[in-house]
Amino acid sequence: MFGQAILALAEHHPELMVLSADLGNSSGLDRFKQSYPERYLNVGIAEQNLIGVAGGLAKEGFTVFATSFAPFITMRAAEQIRMNLGYMAFNVKAVGIGSGLGMGFLGNSHYGLEDAAIMRSIPNLTVVSPADCGEIAKTVFAAARHPGPMYIRLTGAPNTPIVYREDYAFQIGQAITLREGDDIALVATGSMVHAALAAADLLAQEGLACSVTNMHTLKPLDTAHLDRLARTARLIVTIEEHSRTGGLGSAVAEHLCAMDDHPPQLLIALPDEFGKSGEYSFLLDHYGLTPAKLAARVSERYRLLAPAT
Amino acid sequence: MNFDELAEMARFMRHKILHISHACNLSSHLGGGLSMVDITATLYGSVLRFDRNDPLWPERDRFILSKGHGVLGYYSALLAAGIISEETFASFQTNGSDLIAHPVMNPALGIESSNGSLGHGLSLAIGMALAARKKGQAHKTYVLLGDGECNEGAIWEGVMLAAQLKLDNLVAIVDYNGLQSDGESRQIIDLGDLAEKFADFGWNAANVDGHDIPALHAALTAPSPNQPRAVIALTIKGKGVSFMENNNEWHHNRLTQASYESAVEELAARHPHPQN
Repeated sequence: MFGQAILALAEHHPELMVLSADLGNSSGLDRFKQSYPERYLNVGIAEQNLIGVAGGLAKEGFTVFATSFAPFITMRAAEQIRMNLGYMAFNVKAVGIGSGLGMGFLGNSHYGLEDAAIMRSIPNLTVVSPADCGEIAKTVFAAARHPGPMYIRLTGAPNTPIVYREDYAFQIGQAITLREGDDIALVATGSMVHAALAAADLLAQEGLACSVTNMHTLKPLDTAHLDRLARTARLIVTIEEHSRTGGLGSAVAEHLCAMDDHPPQLLIALPDEFGKSGEYSFLLDHYGLTPAKLAARVSERYRLLAPAT
Repeated sequence: MNFDELAEMARFMRHKILHISHACNLSSHLGGGLSMVDITATLYGSVLRFDRNDPLWPERDRFILSKGHGVLGYYSALLAAGIISEETFASFQTNGSDLIAHPVMNPALGIESSNGSLGHGLSLAIGMALAARKKGQAHKTYVLLGDGECNEGAIWEGVMLAAQLKLDNLVAIVDYNGLQSDGESRQIIDLGDLAEKFADFGWNAANVDGHDIPALHAALTAPSPNQPRAVIALTIKGKGVSFMENNNEWHHNRLTQASYESAVEELAARHPHPQN
């Protein structure tokens, strides 16, 4: 989907350049490089140079999308991102392909477990994690219009379920309420948005009313939206396919902790470990990120709350 | 500028470097600042095209100080070229100043990029040179590296790509002073003949005496069709002040009143100038 979106974008954005560190085909860019060979550059297997060159092009007026697998672009080139996208705020969109556990049998070397934490900690960066294919396209279009550096975190697998069947308004930095419900606020990002919706269905069968938020933008965080949730919900649950250190759960906790009074937060994420590898569906189940396991964890935590006064 | 004027510009810059380094009363990167003075004097005095009254002039040549700790040899060139004021220069390493120990991107002051972490500037310069080619702009991009900086793997990622792209609007200069933070470069990572290495990677490369201004000028302006140009400037760290030359204690150090006076005196003796 990323490849299709960038192809559609190129037509209306003559200043667009797309760079890859020899993972263009894996990033879905084959058609782009055939259609716009002069606007595509494979810098070789060299992520540090990828980001530096992207920075130089952006400094001179190009809008640059630079792509690689999530751990390579965010960690091998972390300091290049810090200098070029952070310190100098060049208009580069770093795209982390296959983040989370989507790389399956390729293993932990290829997983994106820490990328959101690292990118979120760098000043000036906007961090977006779209929920499904359609939202990837919306993110790419919004990124091209949004001047400034960005990290786009792509999670899920080719058959990841669709969240949105109809068109909707997408704005960077504005959380989307997908479902209302007063008891529990499920706040999810990326691949976990669909799982949260499905978990909310299961919890409804138990009589628990859950709201579901698509927190596609991890930074800047929609704190006004969180304030509203904190006023009504008895439990806030954050759900992400990312390490429990530094991702969505951390971002939400950083905001909630300043309040005099707020509901407890259940932080559902990946543990701080390099685990065994396997198929994506196996991994989601193993880490309790399927709708049924999410619903069970939420329900269990909710029952431990003190009775409402 | 003719070569005599460039030599005078370099003398002026060295004098200013000693003065500001002493005035700020803090340690500063004197050794690597002084080794590059003849390079930046030649660049800003006679090679780079710029408009001192319009640092953002789109057709200006771009200069990136990749060896970011070399700011003394950079800010003094911007001063000598009339791009920054005496007042701005005098703010060096004072609290809240725009001019600190590494460049901070500031287009109004003619500072193209933020640097300080080594190994970043060549990639940036490649992107800028590529942008110029894609936009059909005639200006060139110059990037100054340190020899120690060439230990960084990212430099060689860039070296390979620039040759692959045949970026003939890119000039990389290495201030090859043979010393890095912890000591003699050849005892740490022996880079050998760097011009040969760049040439092996597909660059049009030449070694040059980095304190011979006519030779530097020739090397920096030599045509290089279809290839990026590498100028390996063989220099002396601390050049111009005998007690600093090839003495790595002056990589980053503070000038006392006595050492400042003796340095200035020596500079004046070596490079007599009627106005001095």
